[in-house]
Amino acid sequence: MKYVIVGCGRVGAALAEAFDNAGHEVLVVDTSTRAFDRLPSEFKGQALRGDGTDEDVLRRAGAEGADVFLALTEGDNRNVMAAQVAMEKLEVGKAIAKINDPVRAAAYADLGIATLCRTTMQADAVLGFLGLGPTGMPSVIAAVPHVHSEA
Amino acid sequence: MFVLVVGGGKVGYYLSKELIENGHEVVLMEKDRIRAAQIVDELGSIVVAQDGCEGKFLRTAGANRADIVAAVTGDDEDNLVICQMAKHHFDVPRTIARVNNPKNEDLFRHLGVDELISPTRMALGSIEQDIPVHELLHLAALENELEIIEAQLQADSPAVGKSPSDIVVPEGCSLFAVVRDGVATPLRPDTILREGDKVIAIGRADCEVALHEQLIGDVDEEPATA
Repeated sequence: MKYVIVGCGRVGAALAEAFDNAGHEVLVVDTSTRAFDRLPSEFKGQALRGDGTDEDVLRRAGAEGADVFLALTEGDNRNVMAAQVAMEKLEVGKAIAKINDPVRAAAYADLGIATLCRTTMQADAVLGFLGLGPTGMPSVIAAVPHVHSEA
Repeated sequence: MFVLVVGGGKVGYYLSKELIENGHEVVLMEKDRIRAAQIVDELGSIVVAQDGCEGKFLRTAGANRADIVAAVTGDDEDNLVICQMAKHHFDVPRTIARVNNPKNEDLFRHLGVDELISPTRMALGSIEQDIPVHELLHLAALENELEIIEAQLQADSPAVGKSPSDIVVPEGCSLFAVVRDGVATPLRPDTILREGDKVIAIGRADCEVALHEQLIGDVDEEPATA
């Protein structure tokens, strides 16, 4: 399996390490090379500095046709755009975007992007710990299977 | 008409100002509070000082009753998301996005943004008009300073309508083929050259100016490239 991760923060780096350890092909993209310090020294995947929303950058890095594309930067909109570039232009199998604004997360789930919303995940975790009911907002949403449009 | 403008930079500011002067209802979203206050001072209380990318604030600003949403921030990804939220979440009939990277135009259109404003593309267009297209193209360099050159004939080129014998080619140079509609044929005495023909010549590099004059037109008529 080929995994592409845009945004080498704590979550991105942890996932990159896990995929790498499981023997998968991993490509990590971040605008800062310092972010790659989070990767373990024995990381065997590829780490590339660049803008993960730029189609040319992703294509050059070999992201085209990846099985899984994860957009995990700190910017909701960057993640949304990266995931859409990946699906529309690079024909990846699955794209997941981290979107911390619950309203935006729900809206993009409707558009076929699997979204990951830290806000509701954490709020629900706290509410659960305190024995209260969840927020009622979905935190991880399975994407509607994406059909590559012809236009 | 009710227009929701997102992004209070220069574009957003002047856009809002013009729209108000033309009698439209305008709400401008600008997340920077200092900039927002500045615009309030100048244009009145039309500003919502919140992030227009966030669904909650778009609703506060009245996105659900907007006729047009214009996303004119400096970031392409923000403009894309604002338009998509407006379109799919608030059913706004018309969305306009500013696009800075021309490579994103295609994607934006594909993803349903109705109208694109591309400052980069506009500047690029103006610059390209100043670059002469009436140039000789060097196809290959041969020995003894000889080269193979291609000249594409324009409507106003002097060689149009002529046969090879009517053209005075510089010494040490000869025309040998023409490419028309993608088909290459040898130049024959009865060939009449037409607009769009690509004439292939072989000659010394110092024949270029004379060849250019005979085939494409006077070099001095070219617009300045400065």
